[in-house]
Formats: sequence, C-alpha cells, structure tokens
Amino acid sequence: MSDTFNRRHVGQAATPDEYGGRRPRPPLRVPLPPTDRPAQTLPGPSDWTFDLIDQYHAVIRATAERFSLDTYPNQLEIITAEQMMDAYASVGMPVNYRHWSYGKEFISTEKNYRRGQMGLAYEIVINSNPCISYLMEENTMAMQALVIAHAAYGHNSFFKGNYLFRMWTDAGSIVDYLVYAKNYVAACEERHGVDAVELLLDSCHALMNYGVDRYRRPGKLSLTQELERAKDREAYAQQQVNEIWRTLPPKSGKDAGEKEQARFPADPQENLLYFIEKNAPLLEPWQREIVRIVRKIAQYFYPQRQTQVMNEGWATFWHHHLLNTMYDDGYLEDGIMIEWLKSHTNVVFQPPVDHPAYSGMNPYALGFAMYSDIKRICEAPTDEDRYWFPDIAGRDWLETLDHAMRNFKDESFIGQYLSPRVMRNFRLFSIVDDEVDPTLEVSAIHDEAGYRSLREAMSRQYDLGSREPNIQVWSVNLRGDRSLMLRHTQHNERPLHDNAYEVLKHVARLWGFPVHLESVGSLGNVSRRWTVDPSTA
Amino acid sequence: MQQIIDRRLAGKNKSIGNRERFLRRHKEQIREAVRRAVEGRGIRDIAQGEDIHIPRRDISEPVFGHGQGGKREMVHPGNKDFVRGDRIERPKGGQGGSGQASDAGGGEDDFVFHLSKEEFMQVFFDDLALPNLIRTTLADTPEYKTHRAGFSSDGTPNNLHVVRSMRGAIGRRIALGSESRRELHRLEDLLVELRAQPVSAERLHEIEQLETDIAALRARIDRIPYLDPIDLRYRSRVRTPVPTAKAVMFCVMDVSGSMDEARKDLAKRFFILLYLFLTRHYEKIDIVFIRHHTQAQEVDEHDFFHATETGGTVVSSALVLMEEIIRARYPRNEWNVYGAQASDGDNWHDDSPRCRQLLEHGILPLCRYFAYIQVVEQEQNLWHEYASLAEASDTFAMRKASEVDQIYPVFRDLFRKEGAAK
Repeated sequence: MSDTFNRRHVGQAATPDEYGGRRPRPPLRVPLPPTDRPAQTLPGPSDWTFDLIDQYHAVIRATAERFSLDTYPNQLEIITAEQMMDAYASVGMPVNYRHWSYGKEFISTEKNYRRGQMGLAYEIVINSNPCISYLMEENTMAMQALVIAHAAYGHNSFFKGNYLFRMWTDAGSIVDYLVYAKNYVAACEERHGVDAVELLLDSCHALMNYGVDRYRRPGKLSLTQELERAKDREAYAQQQVNEIWRTLPPKSGKDAGEKEQARFPADPQENLLYFIEKNAPLLEPWQREIVRIVRKIAQYFYPQRQTQVMNEGWATFWHHHLLNTMYDDGYLEDGIMIEWLKSHTNVVFQPPVDHPAYSGMNPYALGFAMYSDIKRICEAPTDEDRYWFPDIAGRDWLETLDHAMRNFKDESFIGQYLSPRVMRNFRLFSIVDDEVDPTLEVSAIHDEAGYRSLREAMSRQYDLGSREPNIQVWSVNLRGDRSLMLRHTQHNERPLHDNAYEVLKHVARLWGFPVHLESVGSLGNVSRRWTVDPSTA
Repeated sequence: MQQIIDRRLAGKNKSIGNRERFLRRHKEQIREAVRRAVEGRGIRDIAQGEDIHIPRRDISEPVFGHGQGGKREMVHPGNKDFVRGDRIERPKGGQGGSGQASDAGGGEDDFVFHLSKEEFMQVFFDDLALPNLIRTTLADTPEYKTHRAGFSSDGTPNNLHVVRSMRGAIGRRIALGSESRRELHRLEDLLVELRAQPVSAERLHEIEQLETDIAALRARIDRIPYLDPIDLRYRSRVRTPVPTAKAVMFCVMDVSGSMDEARKDLAKRFFILLYLFLTRHYEKIDIVFIRHHTQAQEVDEHDFFHATETGGTVVSSALVLMEEIIRARYPRNEWNVYGAQASDGDNWHDDSPRCRQLLEHGILPLCRYFAYIQVVEQEQNLWHEYASLAEASDTFAMRKASEVDQIYPVFRDLFRKEGAAK
C-alpha cells in the first residue's frame, strides 16, 4: 500500500511517485533491439477480423515496448458508426448525463455524416484507466492498425505521462464519476422536472470554461466517496451560504472592530462555477451538486484543451514511427503501408493561409513536425540546431522526446522546441492586427530576424490565458442588493464578444441576484459595463 | 490483459434521450414546421418525416469570448511573398483566421435536421385524445402482463434461481446427514479412546469393527447428493389478463354528386388524419367506414378513400346504417363508440330534420362523441339542424373547414385532450 498525500493546498506539481504508484518507468536511452525477423509479414486483407486485430495489436505492443512507451492497460472496443456519433455527441465520453446540446450535436453530426460531407474520426480515445479506444467497424485493417498505434499507444502514453494530465485528471475514476453524474442528473430530473435541470445545465455550460482550477489540483474523484459525501456536502454548503445572508446588524459593541466590512471575496476568484457553487445564495442543494458535476467535468477536460498540439502530435509521431518500424522489421505488407500512409498524409496536411480549406494551424501537422524535428536534432544536428538547442543537439532522442512529452503544455512546448527549420518548412509569418491601425502589419517572417518573435507569438497563440477573456469574480455587495460584480481584464485592449450579455443572463440565473460585468482596459478604465437583473432575465 | 470488446450490438441509440431533449426544447418551432408541412402535402404523403429548420441563434450556447477589435498577433503558415514590415489591407467582413469565425460573423444559417416519421407523427398528434374514453373491459383476445410471483419447484432452466436452489441443497444436506454425522463423531471419539488403551487382541478386534462402521458412515454421508432435483427453485412468473379500453370509430363520408373532388379531398384529409391518429393511439380499435349518397354502404378502407361512385344525397341513410351496425356488433357496455361525419352540408331537404332525430335519439345515446365536419363555408339546412343539436348536447361537436389549411387546426380542436391548452 502506498500512502496518498493531499496536496490540494500545497500548490505544487506532482512528484513522480504520487497517485497510486503511477511512477513512470525511466525512459530508455536507446530502443531495445528488434526480436527475430518474422518468416512472413502479417496478412493484409482490407477486412479486419478479431483474430487479425489481435495479431497486429500484439506486434504493435511489442514494438511500443521497444521504445518504452509507458501506457495504461488498453481496452479496444469495436463500435458502429452510429455509436461513434453517439460518443462524438457526448463530448467523446462513453457515458454522460442527458442534455439537449448533446442531442443537437448528434443530430448535426448525423446529418453531415449521412450526406457524406464529413468523414467520422477514425478513433476516439478516452483518458481512463484502462484506456478505452474505440475502433470503428467500417475501418479497414490498415486503418485499425493505424488507430491502435495512434490511440492505444500514442494518446494513451501521453495521458499517462504528461504532467497536466497527471496533475488534473484521475484516469482511474472518471468513468465511475460520469456514471454517478448521469444518475444524479437523472434523479434530479425526476424529482425537480426536466425543465429545471435543463435551465441549470444551460447556465452551467455557459460558464464551463470558467469552472476550472488553474493552480490547485482538485481532490480525487471516486464513486463511492462521492456518493457518501454528496449528502454531507449539500447540508454543509447550504450552511455556508448563510455567510451572504448574515447581514443582520451586528450586536452593538461586540463586533465594533469589524465595522469596516471586509471585501467579499477577499481576493478575486477566477473559478466562477466554484464560487457560485459555494456562495450563490438561492441555489438548492441539488443545484449546487449539479454545478459541481459540470465543474468537475470541465476540470477533467482542462488539460486536453491545453495540449492539443502536443497530444495529437505525439500520437501522430508514434503511429508513424511504430508502423514504420514494424515495416522495417518485416511485419507489414506494402499494401497496408500505402493505405495508412495515405491517411497519415491527409491528417498532417497543413493548408497554407490562402488555401480555401485553411482554418488555422493544424495541430496534427504542427505537433508531428515538431516531434519529428526534435528527433532529427538529436540524431543529426546542424550548426543552427547546436546554436538554438545546445542542450538537446546530439542527445539520445528517446529520452529527449520523453522529457518533451512529460513536462510541457502547448504554450511552453512551442516556446521551448519550435525550431527555425520547422518555421521555415511551414513558412510561418505573423500578422499584427491593431484596431487603431488601418492596415495589418506583417511583424515577422521565417528569417533570422523573425524566428524568436515568431516563436513567441506562436506560443502566445496557444496560451489559454490569452485565448479566453480573463473574467473573475470581483466582489459581492453584501450590504446592499447582494449583487455580484464580475470583472473582465482586457488583454491587448481586446473587447468582449457581444455574447457576454447572454452569458451574463446565465450567471444571473445561477446567482439569483443582479449581476454586473465590467470590462477594464489596460489603463484601469472601465470601458464597458453590462448589468442583468435575474427578475428580468 | 489486453482485450478487444465488441460493442456493436450494445447501446444502440444511446443518444436518443439527448435527441428527445433537443426536440422538446424546440417543440414550438417543430410544431409550426409540422403544421406547415402537412398543409402542403398530398394525402398519401401526410405520414412522412420532415426537414425542420431552426434559426441558429435559437440554439446557440453562448460563452464568453473575444470580440473584434483590440490588438492581436496571429501566426499563419504558407507565406509566399511577405517580408517583415509589409502592410496588408484589412480583409472585409469576417476577420479571417481567428478560428472564431463561426461564432462571430455569418453563422445565421438555419439549423436543419430531419424528423423521422415516428417523431413527425408524435408532434402531429401531440396532446390529442379520444374524448370520454372510459369503458374498459376484457377484450376477446386479452393482453397479458407477466409479473413475478415468488418461487416454484418447476420451471424452465432460464428461470432457475441459483441462490434459492443452493440454499435448499445446503439445508437438505444438513438435515439428511445430521444423524449419520452425529454417530460418526461418536464412533471417532470412541476409536481415539480405544487406541489410547493398551493393545490386546480384543481391542484390535473392536478397533477393526469400529473402523468398518466409520467407513460405512462416511460412505453414507458421501452418498447424500450435493444437488438434488428437489432442491431446484425457479422464479415463478404468472400472466394476468390486462383490461383494455375498446373503442370503435365510425367514419361517415358523403360521396354524392355535390361533393366535387376538392371537397372530397378535404373530407379525405380529415379522415386520414383521424385514421392515423386512431391507429397510432389505440391498439385495440375498430374502424368502420360508411360512405353514402342516396344509399349508404359499409366499405373497406381502400374503397372508402379511393372508390369513385357517386349519386344524390340522403344523409340519414348513413346514420341508419351506423345505428344498425352499432346495435348489431358493438354493444354499448363493451365498446366506446365514436362517430365522425364529413359532408358538404347539401342534403335532400326533408331529410335533415330526420338526421337530427336519428342522431339525437338513436346514435348520440350510444356514442361517446360525435364530430361533424362540413367542408364548405355555406350553411345549409343540415348545418342549421345540427347546430341546434350541438347546443343541447356536449357529446356532439361540429366545425367547418373549407380550405386545406383549416383541416389540421379543426382536427386538433375537435380532439384536443381535456385540459390541454388551446
């Protein structure tokens, strides 16, 4: 038995030996040698069978072990296209509570799929222990092999290794927790009516991105504990709310020292849902619990939103590397190779900016290019690489890559590893769009003078903190109308979208009293103000 | 252990709950779309699915986001000929490349999806019911409901209750073996005692005797079967008949010469709605089709809707026939009788008062509800006669529908569920 520590209030990153002995194996410095060459390649028909998947999986697993990819146990599941759309619709999770927005998602996915406008993703992989990968029935054998390598070894090892996932998610209990959430929401619907629950969930979803702790690891989720504690928590939370009600005139003399009412909350709070869960005066206990459920699920997805490039890049790099190694070792037929390579090429295609299909950077392409380039820098560094990456040029690539996967998120990963060669290959350039300037300015391109600022700009682009408006709970008017004040701190003078008013209605619904939102510019000037009164919202 | 799980047969339609919630949320818009769809359709196509459009803003889920303006720096791939310091015209309209284009600009397209036939009919007949349906009896071919009724000693293997069976087996083994076991323990103790005593020929003989006895007892205990057929217990399920409400619906239509194609079409639409409605809501329901000109005849569904016979008009002939059929086949204590009549109101002049008589004294006392729909605006003698009847009776209702688009509202009005809002 290993001891567990409660680090919630320490605010420090997890050490490798925490969390149920999930101590990573030390990475290998060099890959293990291949086993004996097989007499013949694996059969390569286009239709898969369970037997074939087993054979391929065994080889892929053996190959992955040569590179010491550390994964959760794998659970492969064969599903139909319709089930894939189901999973799509409920944010990729095997179970989830019922909500109309998932229905909407399902309907539009289904429609697009039926009309052939959109191919479904070949795979969905769930950050759970065991790690569940969905293989779609319609895939060919080559695609199944690609998916297994990509999801069951690439993503899986990323989930297990990356520090954000280790810190913020509990792979072992997420499915249990979702089952709990689903049942709880269903019970609430039964008791309080579908409409009431729907309204509440709508409001919570509107604030989902503001329901995450950014600097403290939340407690572990476990079905049994959660059930046990839910009741206590409801009762206790309800008592705590009375803080806001406690506006009776203080007994004379006794509280004289506290005459100057302290600000509430003492410091601005960035986790709006948490603040609402704990402090909203009018919420019923069951409503608090639902707010909590949405918050917990938002927290679970928080690392995924921060590691798109790294995660997809890592999985793409490894399916590419594993399958190529298998080919070199004599396991794969040419036909299988051609088929998955074609699909791989589509996935890592980066349309240029003037291409009709352009819609921003393709995380698969960027991530794949970066990991591949790190490997190249380790194995065959040029003078430029020695200058830019003195600490990794010429080192063992496996170890370096492992380090790069474990200890970064998109923002820092790009800041650290985006090499001049990758920038040149993508022909990156940055554009400054300033409101006060009638034209756009090209601020940097892929040349000696521009590398650093390009890299910084790219890194900022993946910073969630600057992608999402910074909105925090500023104060609650305890003495007066109990109104809640939110404050938006502008970043580079960027204003809020007009949606803000709609979202504010949701906040007001949860808070139960008037809600104000101020947008504050860089000079501390309030540039815009919204107010919603729940009685009119 | 790594494993592959085949989930293809499990959990089909898992999203159905979500889809239902979505439909529920946009019920009003969907209902409106369904209404519009029905108006434009031919008779044969009435019961089909439909594409539903919902304005995108109605289904948006707002989140906080950045709007236009301020200063920002974006990195793009695929530079062709820009160098540092180049100035570019600001693109018109939606700012490209921000990745938020779908929330920010455009995006006002409708959200379109297809309503399945089932869902379409669901919306179509939402809130409607046959009025006054109460009489319930056991039908000729009763429906059964199975439910649990404890345990029984025989049954099929799939109903075997393992825990109960094993419990019985343990009890039996204890009961049957207890005497032998007690004896066994006694003899074993005795044996130990004897062995402790000094050896003699007599002792040896006794010991030998004891050992044979013990072996016999052991064998006897071992022979008690571990599981005997009499231990088996099965879950018992019994079937009880469920009373059902039986209803019969009479559809009476005028096919006389004055009913031109357009009017017949209206009447047919009304009956098709009625027919779909009935077949949907009530499994145990009889429908009797009666068409009449100067004479009435009972016809089957196909002839009722599609045959093209014609002639003069004597409405009472149909009512007489209807009453006969009710008396002959649908005794009042077993059946809920409903009637619906469609006509252009044109009748042989002296016949109308008779119709009223027939309805008032013959049919209405036997009926739960009788609806009359007139497919022209003009009020003739039949309408006046019926109007006086409608005032007096609350099981009789009449409406006019002279345009195709009035059929559906009139229908809804006639069969609105009690208590449902207009």
